[in-house]
Amino acid sequence: MFRSSSARTAADSAANAPIPDSGEVPALSVPEQIVEIVSDSGEGAQTAGQIFGTVCAKMGNGLWTVEIIPAEIEPPARSRAGASGIRIRFGTKPVASMGDQADLVVAFNEQVLYSRIDQGALRPGTLLLIDDKWSASDDPKTREAYQKALEDFHIAGYIVREIPIHAETHELTDNPQRGKNMWVVGLLCALYSRDLDLAKREVQLLFQRKRKGEDVIALNHKLLDAGHAWAVEHIDARFEVPSETHSEPMVVMNGNAAIALGAMAAGIEVCSMYPITPATSASHYLAADFHHAGGIVHQAEDEIAAVGFAIGASFAGKTALTITSGPGMALKSEFLGLSVMAEVPLVVVDVQRGGPATGLPTKVEQGDLLSSVFGQPGDAPKVVMAPSSHEECFHFMVTARKLAESFRTPVFVLSDANLATAQACLPRPNVSEEWLSPPIDQSPWKEGAPAYGWDPETGISRRPIPGQPGGAFVLTGLAHDEYSHIAYESSINQRAMNMRSRKFAALQTALKPPEIYGEEEGDLLVVGWGSTRGAIEEAVDRIRRDGHRVGSVCLRFLSPLEPGLDEIFRRYRRVMTVEINYSDDVADLGRAGERRYSQLAWLLRATTLVDVDCWSRVPGQPLPPQMIEEALRSRLEGAESCTD
Amino acid sequence: MYGLKTDWIDESIPRYYTFEDYEGATARWCSGCGDHGVLTAVQRLCRDEQLPPEKTVFVSGIGCASRFPHYVKAYGFHGLHGRALPVACGVRARRPDLHVFVATGDGDCCSIGTAHWIHAIRYNMKMVVMLLDNNVYGLTKNQTSPTSKKGSSSNTHPGGSLLDPINPIQASLGIANASFIAQTVDWNPAHLFATLAAAHRHPGFAFVRILQRCPHFKSGLFESMMNDPSQVLLMTHPDGIEVDAAVKKQFENQREHDPSDLAEARALADSQDGTPIGLFYRNDSADRYDAFTVEGIATSRDTKLRALETQLDRYQI
Ligand SMILES: Cc1ncc(C[n+]2csc(CCOP(=O)(O)OP(=O)(O)O)c2C)c(N)n1
Ligand code: SF4
Ligand SMILES: [Mg+2]
Repeated sequence: MFRSSSARTAADSAANAPIPDSGEVPALSVPEQIVEIVSDSGEGAQTAGQIFGTVCAKMGNGLWTVEIIPAEIEPPARSRAGASGIRIRFGTKPVASMGDQADLVVAFNEQVLYSRIDQGALRPGTLLLIDDKWSASDDPKTREAYQKALEDFHIAGYIVREIPIHAETHELTDNPQRGKNMWVVGLLCALYSRDLDLAKREVQLLFQRKRKGEDVIALNHKLLDAGHAWAVEHIDARFEVPSETHSEPMVVMNGNAAIALGAMAAGIEVCSMYPITPATSASHYLAADFHHAGGIVHQAEDEIAAVGFAIGASFAGKTALTITSGPGMALKSEFLGLSVMAEVPLVVVDVQRGGPATGLPTKVEQGDLLSSVFGQPGDAPKVVMAPSSHEECFHFMVTARKLAESFRTPVFVLSDANLATAQACLPRPNVSEEWLSPPIDQSPWKEGAPAYGWDPETGISRRPIPGQPGGAFVLTGLAHDEYSHIAYESSINQRAMNMRSRKFAALQTALKPPEIYGEEEGDLLVVGWGSTRGAIEEAVDRIRRDGHRVGSVCLRFLSPLEPGLDEIFRRYRRVMTVEINYSDDVADLGRAGERRYSQLAWLLRATTLVDVDCWSRVPGQPLPPQMIEEALRSRLEGAESCTD
Repeated sequence: MYGLKTDWIDESIPRYYTFEDYEGATARWCSGCGDHGVLTAVQRLCRDEQLPPEKTVFVSGIGCASRFPHYVKAYGFHGLHGRALPVACGVRARRPDLHVFVATGDGDCCSIGTAHWIHAIRYNMKMVVMLLDNNVYGLTKNQTSPTSKKGSSSNTHPGGSLLDPINPIQASLGIANASFIAQTVDWNPAHLFATLAAAHRHPGFAFVRILQRCPHFKSGLFESMMNDPSQVLLMTHPDGIEVDAAVKKQFENQREHDPSDLAEARALADSQDGTPIGLFYRNDSADRYDAFTVEGIATSRDTKLRALETQLDRYQI
């Protein structure tokens, strides 16, 4: 979206201008752009978007991509539900969310655009470039549907341009279905003044990685050239998104790749998993390259076995990780309780999707917070962390591994489908040897020392590892004393629970209070966690520009919570969370006092005794800044009318 | 020191482990419980094989049988009901230096843990698995187990269980990559020991079903078999379980069975002609998953760091 209305008008009119004969067209400078490529599934739109996005990042732009994924692997062609594709948001400044409505959409057919309209992804003035192939379809129904759609789009205020994607691609390949995407990358490079050679290099790398021959690369290069040449000749709109050069080396990847590399950086040796969307791709990255760092990926028979295997490896002194999503977390729950009870270090990554049950398998939700914090039978305290960016996806893996070992505990890292699939820029991590797990201790265990020599202050203890002479003990999930002997006396369990709980109080004292974004005190504080941070901060920026005194914090630690929250909360007239999980809207409620709050709000209300409000939605997609902005504005109006 | 050479040094004599070195907490099984005999056989095996206690790990699930690790002085993992095998596989995965034993019950292995049992057989990672099969849920006080005989009464089926039991041997033999499937009984210490010793020597996943008496809930279940050894079919073969002549003499009903013959093993598993004990099947060259999981354990820190830099290069812009 163009922030200033003048830029928007200028862009719109540029797009509306008659297509001139070839020649230099002056480029219009804009601070950022949101481009989408939508298609039937299997037409390579995502690959195209990733290449184009990487080119933008390489040219120094901030980047955030969002995958548009249909529920089925092969949905029917030309169907609304089958829309598959990608959004690429790039800008002069760093980009940390998917933004609002698209500025330009390239569509391989007109039907998939309807689903984008349903999703609120377009605005009046969005430029639609639609493949004109369907206007000449042999099937009269298709031709009719196409014409109808063009009318609908026109009436809705979109700017429609028919372009010969299929026909031009067909000039170069007999299988245009597979070549259209590259032609479109060429076209976008022309429109946005991107360096075509950079795109060519990305294409080459991509196909080399897929072990494709030179002929394939050459053909795709030709398609890039053709798309570019066509755009130069036929489209008069040119945009420029200026770059601020990065001050440090940058990498571009999605959040799951960042988690996979973070696991390598942490010196983790075993990744034990069972495939589940949207977590699996993290394991794919590891399966391809983990062995270079001496690690293995174990694909277990189910999630229970996956976590059991990881726990076994960890008991034997090896650093282990299990990666899953909500349904898998549910299955792992008993073992996670064991890991708490028997104090087995373990890193658990939950890439959240919509729930409960199978829910929204490919879509984002932040619905696993409470089940992560409280989800085991009995009192099962553990560390729960949530990265809010790709950089944190990487670095939290190192932190998680260290905390797991120092505190002898499972550490949950809650990512989500948004982070998992979005490609973004992050500073290239400065790899450090100190991140790797230390070598396994096989020295003799101190004579007579207990297996759980809990420090009375901190509850922290060292663990014996098989192979350590004199350390033999029997780990058990039964209540036990410090020698791991089964607790037959009533006082033992009370003390052991106390020791296990104390660890998290000790960790909390080591945590920093959260940083406040925006106003340090004022009318409204917005509290979020995880992938919503970028969108929340954008919304806060916009509202502050109107003079409202609004701040936000993003919690990285959810268990234990970061310290100082109640003090921070009391500096604002209102505190609310913004989350992607379910809550009752106040207006929907028959009786007051029965509202079901969003998950972080529950947690904060219980721990701070502050009347924390919430606004949350479960649209199966990231929250656009504009939606958040509107919610905050409505709360601010509420705050102004209330006197306290 | 008197009687020792002057150049004697302490470290040169490896420590000799006695039976007592493997004694853990006092076993709390009922008296007459078959688990006691298995414990003794295992402790003898550890001693005879001189397994360093710190290099030996006993993994179990939940049940009477799964209390096993507490009673051996070695590293132990008394985990969750049905989930011993994934843990044991995880222990084994990166630690080829450890000796891994698993104790599991018929409910633990053949009901709640069935998926893991099947897959662990297929993984064929080196370990000894003892299925202590008493045909009942002991710890939870007499419920029907998947190996309970049809019609046997329990607290969940007072009128008698409704279906034929699972045959754990037949099921195990049906799984791809099975490599060692044996059966023995808790009341014949010599055969029990010989079977466990063979299992320990086997280069892969050694599955041993032990018919185990539970006098508390299944009194008399195996009594007629004990009193009349002719109801037992002793499988013999040079590649099978070796027992000496005195033990062989106890069994009038014998049959030579080549444990490489899978078809015959399957026929024997369903034998109506006495309960077979001995080795049904072995395949020392079955693929081992731990050959894969152990890869890279010696990777240097430098290599790890270089690998990471190479990955980051790939993503650098
Ligand atoms: C998840 C779970 N479900 C149920 C139980 C209760 N439980 C404990 S042991 C057991 C059955 C034990 O039977 P078996 O495995 O045959 O062992 P045995 O006691 O006979 O040796 C059950 C049902 C449990 N501990 N955990
Ligand atoms: S209940 Fe049965 S299996 Fe359990 S200890 Fe007693 S005799 Fe053994
Ligand atoms: Mg049993």
